[in-house]
Amino acid sequence: MLVRIAQGEAARRGPRLRITGPELDDLAHQAAADALVAITGKIGQFRGESRFTTWAYKFVIFEVSAKIGRHFWRHPAVPLDAEDWDRLPGWFGADPAHQAEWGDLFAALRRAVDSELTPRQRQVFVAIVLNDVPLDTLVLHLGSSRNAIYQVLFTARRKLRATMVANGYLGEDNAGRS
Amino acid sequence: MNGWSALDRFLRTDPRDVGCDQAMEMLHVYADLVASGGPAQQRYPGIAAHLHACGPCGEDFEGLLAAIRGGAH
Repeated sequence: MLVRIAQGEAARRGPRLRITGPELDDLAHQAAADALVAITGKIGQFRGESRFTTWAYKFVIFEVSAKIGRHFWRHPAVPLDAEDWDRLPGWFGADPAHQAEWGDLFAALRRAVDSELTPRQRQVFVAIVLNDVPLDTLVLHLGSSRNAIYQVLFTARRKLRATMVANGYLGEDNAGRS
Repeated sequence: MNGWSALDRFLRTDPRDVGCDQAMEMLHVYADLVASGGPAQQRYPGIAAHLHACGPCGEDFEGLLAAIRGGAH
């Protein structure tokens, strides 16, 4: 059953991954085996707040997720510390036909990144936004935790938005200029 | 989607957001509630806010939900 859940999850994420065939199946089997170890070790912590199967499946999903993050860490699509600011508008889906409009916006964002963020916040922002590094992959690269990296990015987002609002690029309570 | 609205959405943070650790700790409870049509967002607004904002945790939630629904057949 755990293998079937792991295979289903690997296949669900498969279309967006560069992992296919036997490698993906191997990942699923490893995830199921590690999930079984986790479930066995934590079974005393099950408090009956959900169905047992849901609680158990959670560990399978976590293991598939972790193994995919590890895969991308070993085979990064771009260097994790690269810095290509030309990718920024594309990440936010900006239409190239309206470059004159959003040019100022992203120039202001870059200034805010340089002036407002700590080195750690800047590193995380650049990796995730500019380089499109999966958060779980960055976690491994920095030897951190998902929660810690998320909190760094959370604070960076809050600071950048406050700066962009203060400088008139984004609205206080609405979706900004369009 | 254009650059302005996508950037605005990305930079917005929700103060109710509980973070990854708390969301993942309760993910099975939240997912069961969603799968059964219960008021998950109302009961756990901090988890809902987090799953909306955090890509990896949102992905894990979608995976768990798919597993529950697939496992039920």
